[in-house]
Amino acid sequence: MTGLMLTAALGFALLCVMLALIFCGIRLLLGPTAQDRVLALDSLWMAAMLFILLLGIRFSSVVYFEAALLVALIGFVSSIALAKFLIRGEIIE
Amino acid sequence: MTGFLTRPMADLSIWLALPIALLLVLGGLITLIGALGLLRLPNFYQRIHGPAVFITVGTGCFLIASMLYFSGTLERPVVHELLITAFVLLTAPIVSMLTMRAAVYRDLRARRKASDEPTTAYQFPDDE
Repeated sequence: MTGLMLTAALGFALLCVMLALIFCGIRLLLGPTAQDRVLALDSLWMAAMLFILLLGIRFSSVVYFEAALLVALIGFVSSIALAKFLIRGEIIE
Repeated sequence: MTGFLTRPMADLSIWLALPIALLLVLGGLITLIGALGLLRLPNFYQRIHGPAVFITVGTGCFLIASMLYFSGTLERPVVHELLITAFVLLTAPIVSMLTMRAAVYRDLRARRKASDEPTTAYQFPDDE
C-alpha cells in the first residue's frame, strides 16, 4: 500500500524533473544572450543531478548517489569557468 | 530488466512513507515552477531567480526524502546525502554571483558601446 503511494509520488517527481530538464534545454537553445545560455546550462546540470538522485531512490540503489555528487561537482566547475570566461574573455589569467 | 518502472517500491511504515511522498511531490512542484520561471520570465535579471529556487529548495526536499527512504529500507541512519546538500548550498550562490557579475559587466559594456539607443536590459542609475 505505502509502496504504491511512494511509486506514484516518485513518478510524479520524475515527471516534474523531466519537464524541468526540457524547459532548461529550450532556454539553452533560444537564450538571447550568452549569459542566458550559461544560466540555463547550470540549471540543466542541477536538474540532471536531481534526476539521477530520484533514479537512485526509484531503484533503491546507493550507487546513484556518487554519480549525483560527481555531476554536481563537474557542473559547478564548468559554470564557474563559463562565467569567468564571460567576464574576462579568458579563464586562467 | 523489463517492467522495472512498474515494479512497486518497498513497503515502509505509513509514518515514514507519508513524509517521503510529501517531500517528493513538493520538490517536484518546486523544480517545475523554477524551471518554468527560467523559461517564461522576460528578463535575465528576473530569470536568474527561477533556478536559484529549485537548486536550493528542490534539492533540499529531494535529499531529505532520499535520506528518509534509505534510512527506512536499510534500517540504519544514512546521512551521506548531506554531502551533496552542503556542496550545493555552498556552490549555488557562487555560481549565481559570478553569472550575475558577468551579465552586469556585459550589459554595461554593451550600453557604453551603443549608448544612444535604449536597451531592454535592466537600467542602472546614472553614475554622474
